[in-house]
Amino acid sequence: MIRRRLPLFSMLLAALVTALGLSGPAEGGTETRTWPEIVEAAKGQTVYWNAWGGDARINAYIAWVGDKMREEYSITLKQVKLADTADAVSRVLAERTAGKKEGGSIDLIWINGENFAAMKAQNLLYGPFTQALPNFRLVDFDDKPSTLVDFTVPTDGLEAPWGMAKLNFIYDTARVEAMPHSIPELLTWAKAHPGRFTYPAPPDFLGSTFLKQVLIELAPDPAFLQKPVESDAQVEQATRPLWEYLDALHPQLWRGGEIFPANGQAQRQLLDDGAVDIMLSFNPGEASSAIANNLLPDTVRSFVFDKGTIGNTHFVAIPFNANAAEGAMVVANFLMSPAAQAVKQNPEAWGDPTVLSMAKLSDGERHLFDMLPLGIATLPPEALGPTLLEPHPSWMTRIEADWQRRYAR
Amino acid sequence: MHRRGLLRFLPGLTLALFLAPVIAGLIGTWLPAFGYFPSLGGDTFSLAPWTTLFAQPGLAESLRLTLISGFLATVSAFLLTVIFLAACHGGRLILAVRGLMAPLIAVPHAAVALGLAFLIAPSGWLVRLVSPWATGWDLPPDVATVQDANGLALTLGLIIKEVPFLLLMTLAALEQVRAEERLAVARSLGYGPVTAWLKAVLPAVYRQIRLPLYAVLAYALSVVDMALILAPLTPPPLAVQVLRWFNDPDLSMRFVAAAGACLQLLIVIAGIGLWRLGEVAAEGLGRAWIAGGRRGGDGRLPRLVAAGLVQGLVALAAAGLLGLALWSVTRRWRYPDAWPSSLSLDTWAHQAPSLLAITGTTLVTGLAAAAIALLLALGCLENEQRRGLTLSNRVLWLLYVPLLVPQVAFLFGAQVLAIQTGIDATWIALVWSHLLFVLPYVFLTLGDPYRALDERYARTALCLGARPNRVFWQVKLPMLLRPVLFALAVGFAVSVTQYLPTLFAGGGRFATLTTEAVGLSAGGDRRVMGVYAFLQALLPLLAFAAALALPKPLALRRKLRIQAA
Repeated sequence: MIRRRLPLFSMLLAALVTALGLSGPAEGGTETRTWPEIVEAAKGQTVYWNAWGGDARINAYIAWVGDKMREEYSITLKQVKLADTADAVSRVLAERTAGKKEGGSIDLIWINGENFAAMKAQNLLYGPFTQALPNFRLVDFDDKPSTLVDFTVPTDGLEAPWGMAKLNFIYDTARVEAMPHSIPELLTWAKAHPGRFTYPAPPDFLGSTFLKQVLIELAPDPAFLQKPVESDAQVEQATRPLWEYLDALHPQLWRGGEIFPANGQAQRQLLDDGAVDIMLSFNPGEASSAIANNLLPDTVRSFVFDKGTIGNTHFVAIPFNANAAEGAMVVANFLMSPAAQAVKQNPEAWGDPTVLSMAKLSDGERHLFDMLPLGIATLPPEALGPTLLEPHPSWMTRIEADWQRRYAR
Repeated sequence: MHRRGLLRFLPGLTLALFLAPVIAGLIGTWLPAFGYFPSLGGDTFSLAPWTTLFAQPGLAESLRLTLISGFLATVSAFLLTVIFLAACHGGRLILAVRGLMAPLIAVPHAAVALGLAFLIAPSGWLVRLVSPWATGWDLPPDVATVQDANGLALTLGLIIKEVPFLLLMTLAALEQVRAEERLAVARSLGYGPVTAWLKAVLPAVYRQIRLPLYAVLAYALSVVDMALILAPLTPPPLAVQVLRWFNDPDLSMRFVAAAGACLQLLIVIAGIGLWRLGEVAAEGLGRAWIAGGRRGGDGRLPRLVAAGLVQGLVALAAAGLLGLALWSVTRRWRYPDAWPSSLSLDTWAHQAPSLLAITGTTLVTGLAAAAIALLLALGCLENEQRRGLTLSNRVLWLLYVPLLVPQVAFLFGAQVLAIQTGIDATWIALVWSHLLFVLPYVFLTLGDPYRALDERYARTALCLGARPNRVFWQVKLPMLLRPVLFALAVGFAVSVTQYLPTLFAGGGRFATLTTEAVGLSAGGDRRVMGVYAFLQALLPLLAFAAALALPKPLALRRKLRIQAA
């Protein structure tokens, strides 16, 4: 759900900045205070939460969290709506460059993937802090390994899991009879139905995820995608099937592949208008949630590919110079609470799958989830297929840049 | 003595207040463009940012889009304005259109763009009204009518917004060049109505509208908010692309962005230069044409065409806004239904909490910026009159600086300044950034009526023994109440429309109706977008309505007070 983008030399440049002595490593370290101490210190704080703000339902959920924080913890939560999470990374980096080591403007960031990788590599994050949060213990680490390893980068307690995402497809049963079951079949389908499919333009996260799905499915050996990029020759070899595929696919797309929707919401609007027949989603509950919110007709359903689709976890993290780190931790803990997670998973609200382990919950807490409607268009967990792991962030950086060079001109 | 001293410094203060950020911002942009930005490790000057800039994929396409939409929109808006005024001079239509123009100017660019986008999209209202019964389109046609590869949708949007501005500016200028007398002479020599206007009035009036025209060209070449909604995004026009580079988490892109911002400024300068060359060429050709003495026809065809086009533009804007209003109360409205299948106020109810806060920010910022601008403008004008100064052309140019310099070309540098002075992301920075753009418009709106006030009123009051301050408060201000309120409304409307300044000075912490509406435009939910865009259009309209309605009760109260005393 998070838009992200991080071009090539960011980490190199930042490393250079550090090497030149322009900025030192972040101060602080492991959070050692007890939970009651943290809650006490958080009272009266204002937490500026920088979170992608492009979806009204998610914003409404965050506003609900804000109400709860005020009532239960005397914390004022303010969402700073970002168009792109990278803006927040850029801001923290700029603040450190300017020597602002405390009293920073961001207290909490909705983050994952290469934005996290960049902030971690740059020591821009507060903590480790997750071990101090009581609800962190309820997370399902065994069946949801991506709650501890974010795009192959270990989280090391620097970000608290918030929700799960898995690539899936939404189609309108009123218009589509046989849906494709793999990336190669999607091309065949697109050729048979020219102009009826498209994907959001990378670096929108959904578009980038589509590229990665193609990359993984078509790469001769997907295993080395889990490691950082080694050489240009390796990239050239591994990504050749991807570009050949897209070269064949683009002429069959909506608007002949010359215009792409800006993001998942624009794409959803296209599906609702009947301009396309299949859309991408990163949230297995999106179809049901969109029906419940009158955003898609009740004839839409979801499907996934047989060999699996990319899945990951999204998190919240605290910048090293946060003005209200305690308040941010209390928010992060509340976000992982069974009550907040159950409301989030409800397709009538947002429909974002939980990070918690049902086995670790009390009967009463589990009941909150059991009572949730699955949603008419949501696939049950066992039908969601295998989860493919995200490649190392360096791969995404490379293919996003190459995509711009090849198709955005 | 002290007070007069204060007033004397006001023009200087005003200029400093709104030129300093522009100049500092330009410096803060040009230095990084040549590699100098110490906090990012750029200690030496180099051309590297420029070479990287020119190696960016899609730069040529971005430039092409910028130039097409910028020039096509400005030329079309100018021609349409001139031909409309020439063909319909003195007619009733001008009066009607004049009444519609002020509200059209007040409606923010983003709202017009959003309304237009929904109207003309392949799944938009126009197609819905005739589908599928007339067109057979059960599904929307796969044609790019919005975000098209040539930026024509953006051009149309710009024309809709710029024609009203040029029309009003030209109408005001007509009064200054004694157009009626010129026309009468030309007509008596047997020239047709349109030809007479073009030959006898246009050359005089053009000099008056040159600056506004340059401002329109500069704006069209560097627009961001409308482009985000109507222009293609892979790649986008230059100004949007520069914004993306600036927001890139890869900080080394700041150098490229700075070079891009400078390129944007150079394009505007070159564009204005090119326009100037065009003026010279047109002057030569026009002189020959005028001297040729052809009398021209009765002008029926241009009248029909120009009147039809102008009315069409007004209709497009109005229908777009109506569409937004309709979406805001829609529960479900699927293609190809001509109307929503069910209505509800749910969206308004859901958005109410954040809507209140955002509307509050918009109101406070707009009123503060407009009020400060009004104080400064009144002070400067009063100082000018008391000291018997006349405003030189050069000062007028200074006034236009924030309107001629592209926003992306200096806002980033200004942001660095704001961070260094510690006012970044505060109300001060936000209001100040709006003031840069509010002040020129308030000044332009207020200047003419202020100077036109018959000085004998003031002189009589002075002769009766009133001090200058009392004359100002008790004679001039009450007589100028209507234009003063109107200037306040203009200032407020200009503030509401600001997108980039809010983004940069506000540091992301201040959301206004404009930032929300543009932010949601990327897709989102048309119903929510409808709420924000409709409200964004409504606020300035309410301000104008208030400016028109308030003088009467205020004057009445004053009269009663005087009678009571």
